[in-house]
Amino acid sequence: MENTQKKVKIKTKSVNLFYGTSHALGDINADIYENSITAVIGPSGCGKSTFLRLFNRMNDLIPGVTINGQVLLNYENVYAKDAYVVELRKKVGMVFQKPNIFPMSIRENIIIGPRHHGIKKKADLDIIVERSLKQAALWDEVKDNLNKPGLGLSAGEQQRLCIARALAIEPEVILFDESCSALDPESTMRIEDLMTELAKKYTIIIVTHNMEQAARVSHMSAFFMIDDEKIGRLVEYRPTGDMFSSPKDKRTEDYITGRYG
Amino acid sequence: MRLNARKKEYIAKAMIWGAAMSVMIVLVAIILYILIRGLPVLSFSFLTQNPYNMGRSGGIASTIVGTIYITVVALLIAVPFGIGTAFYLAEYTRDSIITRIIRFSAESLAGIPSIIYGLFGYIFFVIYLGMGWSILAGGLTLAFMILPTIIRTSEEAIRAVPQIYRESSFSLGATKWQTIIKTVFPSAIQGIVNGVILSVGRCIAETAAVIFTAGSVLSMPTSIFDSTRTMAVHFFILASEGVSMQNAFGTAALLIILIFIINVGVNSLVNRFISKNQKR
Repeated sequence: MENTQKKVKIKTKSVNLFYGTSHALGDINADIYENSITAVIGPSGCGKSTFLRLFNRMNDLIPGVTINGQVLLNYENVYAKDAYVVELRKKVGMVFQKPNIFPMSIRENIIIGPRHHGIKKKADLDIIVERSLKQAALWDEVKDNLNKPGLGLSAGEQQRLCIARALAIEPEVILFDESCSALDPESTMRIEDLMTELAKKYTIIIVTHNMEQAARVSHMSAFFMIDDEKIGRLVEYRPTGDMFSSPKDKRTEDYITGRYG
Repeated sequence: MRLNARKKEYIAKAMIWGAAMSVMIVLVAIILYILIRGLPVLSFSFLTQNPYNMGRSGGIASTIVGTIYITVVALLIAVPFGIGTAFYLAEYTRDSIITRIIRFSAESLAGIPSIIYGLFGYIFFVIYLGMGWSILAGGLTLAFMILPTIIRTSEEAIRAVPQIYRESSFSLGATKWQTIIKTVFPSAIQGIVNGVILSVGRCIAETAAVIFTAGSVLSMPTSIFDSTRTMAVHFFILASEGVSMQNAFGTAALLIILIFIINVGVNSLVNRFISKNQKR
């Protein structure tokens, strides 16, 4: 599926990221297209997650990180001096590697975000709970147990609850950081279906170790690898079909055919 | 004679078991001794009547009220400051000279004998600030004394909250304050409460610091500016001045029962609050 004619949602311009003195991302330029799924692949330690966490400024939480260059969301630099990170994170939701729901009820897990943003009325929150759970394909399973603890759900359900929680703040972009790696194949399939469905409305970026997953769900693929100086580089970035059928770079080919390492 | 490995193993096991048992026996012996001598004294009138004749007769009602009063004052001051400091140390700073100074101060405060707190409270609150022997001066002194415990236990509890909770909260667009109040605090509450319970126990049982700062007036206190005699002080005076060993043991028995009830009661309350949500 070609998406090159689609609108650019996020643009990174010569982004360099340092953890202290170690150079984790080197000169990254990439356009992320709206309403598409972009897969970020590459071996461990290549900077995939760091790249993903550029978009909601999660790297800011780590002491000693410096970032230069620009990350434009809707053509606005999210690292500008006057940019407010809380506003950014309302637009860019995130689903983590492990289901990390809060030790609260299912309903409370979903409304915690909207409540932070000032929605207080029970009727409004009820609408959000139902809408988010339906979007995350979890509503039918939990609609009678909304006040039960979220930790009572299975791992796959918990991860879909995390997706519902992220959807509840009505983001424009959703980041998935290896979100299926802790799940069984069936739960993984459900979440992949969900991603495809969500891509109609949202811009989705996933980090994955699973080549088949990248090939199955994504429209664009970005291959990262560290170079000789251990700097994370974006080696190849193309429509997924093209990259998997005829990789341009030798390193990409080695990796996707499993010859790496 | 050489011991073989098997015999050594047996002896080591017996010694370790013996050590654990003797600790338990000492604890049980103390509690039993006090309860056996004190429980017969406890009665409804002992709990509800004020002491007469310097405590030789009557009950201990005014000392119960004084103990609760002084403990509440100490907690009202120490809990907000202690938890606030803990959050500052755990969430708002990275290791720096300032945090090291704050931590060092707290550790040092924890190591000071309580009678020194009493002396300080006497000189500063009672004399210099002119509070006189009062519940306020006693409560403030106790607050200083329990502050390090509350800071340390709360900080540990806050640091034990998984980082992933903070990340999830931030990823939902929560501010730092919202993250602390809605996510970190509820997860740390059990550890924080444990520290507070420990402090309550110390307040109730404290003698030296209180006798210097709250005095030992036996009448029923009516405000925080009154002097009072706490149960621990009452016990100390009854026993050390030979006023009434019987009433001293009655007071001691009640002290032990109170501390036990607070421990079990608050813990089960917190557990119920947590298990409501965290059941897996």
